[in-house]
Amino acid sequence: MKPAGTDKIMLPFGADSGRPTAVEVPVGSVVQRTYWENVWRRVTRDPFTVACALVLMAIAAAALLAPWLGLPEPTLTDSARRLLPVGSPGHILGTDELGRDMLSRIIHGGRLSLMMGIVPVLIALMIGGSAGLIAGFVGGRVNMLIMRVTDVFYAFPSILLAVAIAGALGAGIGNALLAITIVFIPPITRVTESVTTQVRSMDFVEAARASGAGTLAIIRTHVLGNVLGPIFVYATVLISVSIVISAGLSFIGLGASPPAAEWGLMLNTLRESIFLAPLNAILPGFMIFITSMCFNLISDGLRSAMDVRL
Amino acid sequence: MNVEPRPLLNVRNLRKYFPVRSDRLMGPRLLVQAVDDVNFAIAEGETLGIVGESGCGKSTTARLLMHLIAPDAGEVWLGGKRLGGPDGLTLRQLRRSMQMVFQDSYASLNPRLSVQDSIAFSPRAHGVPAPQAIDKARELLALVGLDPDQFGRRYPHELSGGQRQRINVARALALEPKLVILDEAVSALDKSIEAQVLNLLMDLKRELRLTYLFISHDLNVVQYVSDHVLVMYLGKVVELGTVDDIYHRPRHPYTQALLASRPSMDPDVKIEQSPLAGDPPNPINPPSGCRFRTRCAFAEGVCEKVEPALTGIGRGHAVACHMRIPASGHTAGR
Ligand SMILES: Nc1ncnc2c1ncn2[C@@H]1O[C@H](COP(=O)(O)OP(=O)(O)OP(=O)(O)O)[C@@H](O)[C@H]1O
Ligand code: SF4
Ligand SMILES: [Mg+2]
Repeated sequence: MKPAGTDKIMLPFGADSGRPTAVEVPVGSVVQRTYWENVWRRVTRDPFTVACALVLMAIAAAALLAPWLGLPEPTLTDSARRLLPVGSPGHILGTDELGRDMLSRIIHGGRLSLMMGIVPVLIALMIGGSAGLIAGFVGGRVNMLIMRVTDVFYAFPSILLAVAIAGALGAGIGNALLAITIVFIPPITRVTESVTTQVRSMDFVEAARASGAGTLAIIRTHVLGNVLGPIFVYATVLISVSIVISAGLSFIGLGASPPAAEWGLMLNTLRESIFLAPLNAILPGFMIFITSMCFNLISDGLRSAMDVRL
Repeated sequence: MNVEPRPLLNVRNLRKYFPVRSDRLMGPRLLVQAVDDVNFAIAEGETLGIVGESGCGKSTTARLLMHLIAPDAGEVWLGGKRLGGPDGLTLRQLRRSMQMVFQDSYASLNPRLSVQDSIAFSPRAHGVPAPQAIDKARELLALVGLDPDQFGRRYPHELSGGQRQRINVARALALEPKLVILDEAVSALDKSIEAQVLNLLMDLKRELRLTYLFISHDLNVVQYVSDHVLVMYLGKVVELGTVDDIYHRPRHPYTQALLASRPSMDPDVKIEQSPLAGDPPNPINPPSGCRFRTRCAFAEGVCEKVEPALTGIGRGHAVACHMRIPASGHTAGR
């Protein structure tokens, strides 16, 4: 046995290469971390990802606490003070075309917009994720059936499909949520299926089967851990897409309806004032851009943090 | 008939044809005859070596025994019982008494699990509570020569190939199996590490009274570890016998060719031209009659028409070649 405290690591050089063939490295003093602890460490050391996370947390916290921030009512109109520019006293971000406080509307709008970004992805993740997991792990005919059904949805671009479904269901937040959820189920199913199929064919899953373990135990211990990471990364990207689509639906009148504060809807109602108060008009668009961008960048950060195989 | 000690494993008429798509669009469904009518037995406490060129069906045989893939035909008897039926073995019981070590030490370990968790998975799957399963895993680590405090919480990528294969051996032993299938378990290791792991395997076998099915294409290693040896060619058993029979009295032209083509242990002896020129034929359309006839120097008319049956030619020694079968029609006779 090697002396405690050091471990010999063999290097891939032959004895005749003139290079050391092994190195002694200290062990024991080295903290042993689990895979997810390592991922967490790498994510928290990536300044971009951390910055994006902070921005998102600030937006989310403001949105959640909106009623208690002492802001004016987001639906309170004031026809005397319409389209005040950014920086006006009492209205730091100005007012909109009906004289409503922009800051209050942006912050309150975050509630709906974030909710419409996250909820469809979560629901689609549960449905599509399970379907993909089953398709990938069971394989055969079950796989064929599930994947052919998802293929049907692939014939349409996601935005068009969302518009078509929301249009058929009628305007309203609930219908918009439903439409976006339906749009996201097929891609999540497909990604989960392909990752699961990949993991399932790995030797360690075969080894687990050889141990006589049941299917559920194998999925829980050996498949999920290797599948969840990539799926999670993908879901974060989808949140950014979802925010854009839901804003788009509201913009064309299929999502939130006036006078509710929602970024997509605000973008729509302010669009006629773009020359009178350009800053006010692009603010909701800016928020949509920032949040969806942050989710995207976080997804990238997660991906690279989880990719490291050493 | 049964001169051997009671066989622990008895394999009868095992067959697996893999369906594959043909290259042509809408072409006929083709079958890879990976394992065809394979029969053998392993006595308790013995090691049976299986040798043969790449693609001859060694791994498929192993996976069939573990029931990781379903056989098209044939029976696997373990300890006098077979899978299924009212008093037969359940799949769990079968996999409990028969375990397998895979060739690729890295791919066969979950990269996201510490090695002690990987080892503990099997007992946990069989109902052992987590703390006891971890204790068991740590015992097993010590058994395969790895300090549990030092290695238990490591991940596969933090280990060398030899250490990883020790982990795989520990995992295979976690269920206290009677039979361990070692599919090219040491083939990927450096020569010096290979020797260490081989010695470990031999020690474990003695201490735990294990029975091994040792699959390898390395004839020297198989000679070193085996009691009996089975030679496979294109999914068929061509010769079966004791190590002595196979290595000193080989009777099948293929076995003879394999032995002649093995690199000599003595570096001064120049490696002669291998009598086994070329690759084995395609297992999708194997040659008629004797599958070895396309590469056999003694092939005659009868070899093309009649398939030679595996025929006993001495105590525990059997061969599938017309030259060794009396009145087969081959001029070399017996
Ligand atoms: N799942 C499968 N589908 C189709 N063909 C397969 C499958 N698995 C194995 N085969 C084919 O069956 C034959 C036997 O393969 P097998 O892996 O058993 O060979 P082997 O003796 O273990 O070879 P090696 O020494 O290279 O590991 C090969 O021709 C292989 O291509
Ligand atoms: S049966 Fe014929 S072809 Fe086959 S090994 Fe014997 S002699 Fe050669
Ligand atoms: Mg193989």
